[in-house]
Amino acid sequence: MSGKTLYDKLWESHLVRQDDDGTALIYIDRHLVHEVTSPQAFEGLRMAGRKPWRTDSILAVPDHNVPTTDRSAGIADPISRLQVETLDQNCADLGITEFLMNDPRQGIVHVIGPEQGATLPGMTVVCGDSHTSTHGAFGALAFGIGTSDVEHVLATQCLILKKSKNLEIRVEGELAAGVSAKDVVLAIIGRIGTAGGTGCAIEFTGSAIQQLSMEGRMTVCNMAIEAGARAGMVAVDDTTIEYLRDRPYAPASEHREQAVASWRDLHSDSDAVFDETVILNAAAIQPQVTWGTSPEMVTSIDGVVPNPNDETDSVRREGMRNALAYMGLEPGTPISDIRPDHVFIGSCTNARIEDLRAAAAAIRGRKVDPGIKQALVVPGSGLVKRQAEAEGLDRVFTEAGFEWREPGCSMCLAMNADRLAPGDRCASTSNRNFEGRQGQGGRTHLVSPAMAAAAAVHGHFADVRQEQD
Amino acid sequence: MEKFAKHHGIVVPLDRHNVDTDAIIPKQFLKSIKRTGFGQHLFDEWRYHDHGEPGMDPATRRKNPDFVLNHPRYEGASILLGRHNFGCGSSREHAVWALTDHGIRVVIAPSFAEIFFHNCHKNGLLPIVLDEEIVERLFNEVMENHGYRLLVDLPSQKIILPNDEEIEFEIDPFRKHCHIHGLDDIGLTLEHAAEISAFEEKHRQAAPWLYDTPHQ
Ligand code: SF4
Repeated sequence: MSGKTLYDKLWESHLVRQDDDGTALIYIDRHLVHEVTSPQAFEGLRMAGRKPWRTDSILAVPDHNVPTTDRSAGIADPISRLQVETLDQNCADLGITEFLMNDPRQGIVHVIGPEQGATLPGMTVVCGDSHTSTHGAFGALAFGIGTSDVEHVLATQCLILKKSKNLEIRVEGELAAGVSAKDVVLAIIGRIGTAGGTGCAIEFTGSAIQQLSMEGRMTVCNMAIEAGARAGMVAVDDTTIEYLRDRPYAPASEHREQAVASWRDLHSDSDAVFDETVILNAAAIQPQVTWGTSPEMVTSIDGVVPNPNDETDSVRREGMRNALAYMGLEPGTPISDIRPDHVFIGSCTNARIEDLRAAAAAIRGRKVDPGIKQALVVPGSGLVKRQAEAEGLDRVFTEAGFEWREPGCSMCLAMNADRLAPGDRCASTSNRNFEGRQGQGGRTHLVSPAMAAAAAVHGHFADVRQEQD
Repeated sequence: MEKFAKHHGIVVPLDRHNVDTDAIIPKQFLKSIKRTGFGQHLFDEWRYHDHGEPGMDPATRRKNPDFVLNHPRYEGASILLGRHNFGCGSSREHAVWALTDHGIRVVIAPSFAEIFFHNCHKNGLLPIVLDEEIVERLFNEVMENHGYRLLVDLPSQKIILPNDEEIEFEIDPFRKHCHIHGLDDIGLTLEHAAEISAFEEKHRQAAPWLYDTPHQ
């Protein structure tokens, strides 16, 4: 019998029961909750007269709707305010731990879970948010769920699931200087497409992945969902274990040794068989920039906007035409000639301390180009913000002409006041370039933090590799 | 959830790949704390020329006459025909609530994004996967025939065309059972509460740190 993949191990260790047709009940260790996808779940629970199964498995935080400017006066938009107040009320009523909007630990749910050590290796982690795949970076099985499933986990501590297929994406070799985890995952999506991982749990393997920091691994797993996979994961190693040392939710000292010993087994066995393996050469990956309205519409910084006429599939050709019309781009335009009006550094993909450091390094005493209308930095959490300020990064940004904001989702999905106007073009470190994602009619180009910062100071996309000397 | 046995309805074709949940229901409508009222904002940015905000009266808005849902011939449609990777993007269940609130009971496509697919099943919306060639053929037939309808027969897993031709489809037996009987997942799972508790106890012994309380 062949060995097990990491996904197989995580699945088996949480399997409560399984029917003959493969329908399984999977136990959930950590349930992260935010204000947008939970109100209807709490309401459903109450209406059915049910109680949460295990409140100590839940950590709640408002992030999507919160203002990123001064919060002392509360939330101006009454509908956003009601949604956040509803979360506060539900958590208070049920005794659920919540980091309130003004708590220094508040931040984007996928940033604070790992930061607190609330995401641990070997866990099953769910949240009513598709980017829950982020937490798989810790050798956890983590995926997004809809509101009905939020209610299901609240009531039963379990989910009804069928096992996915095992997809290995192996990235071997050394990344060039200036090429980051974001470029790796965009290159992966460019290769396999936005539906390439549908029905699969992806394990990212290979020497280039092992060399990434936890922040970088989280960036890669974060965007597994953009490759169509519900879950992405990376095996546990010393980097994982070191990252978790002394975090508030990490194992108590009397359990630490036992925990670490069990985490050491969280990798695919050497004789494990994947349903499919895709291999990329790290050295060949260049800084990436998306040109369309889907993350798979991506090319490298020295590329050009592609020509739909070169596409043989008629539906894809039409999709490319629509995307270029929406993006206001002509085929053949060099990527480095594209001039954004806005720069957004933030989101659960790229708003951790390492991301802010990379962006600040790419600014290096320069100023935001006068052609840029707005350049925003939105740290992923209050603790990231504090750390960045202790390192003086906030001054690097503000002196260059960036705005330095309070943590939250912000312009990643423009549910609060931070949004693009129709026709505005944005260099963004977030994860989705869908039509209207950053504001109706807004045009998003997904890039790494260093590439976003470089675009801000040059006024057009620029190759960060040429700035490393 | 609403029971589903047979459904006969007008088909509306949405000829795009990768229709994402941001397009199905834009984020400004996610601020609601209710499950209803999303239908009037289904595909809001495609359906209207003006920018939509919650609470707007649809009668006062500028409709986009080119968008398929606004074509008079598809009025009252309850079966949506789509392309690959339908429902990709954000996990928002509001996308499904918007479709059902608008009166859509069935979505047919060659492939679906996973979370959306599950959310459909939990809300009485039937997602049907058909081969690409069959979907292509249905697109052609819908475009050519005004008032084109299909009969979806879930118990026998068949779609019946206007010329009485039958197309079979696959569905997970458990999901089929839930649709036909309108069953709620939570109730079904809680029948196994004792098993869950027993698992939990074993799990706690194997990995006690998962139950530690946070230390600051
Ligand atoms: S930062 Fe963006 S992608 Fe991440 S949770 Fe917030 S809205 Fe979703």
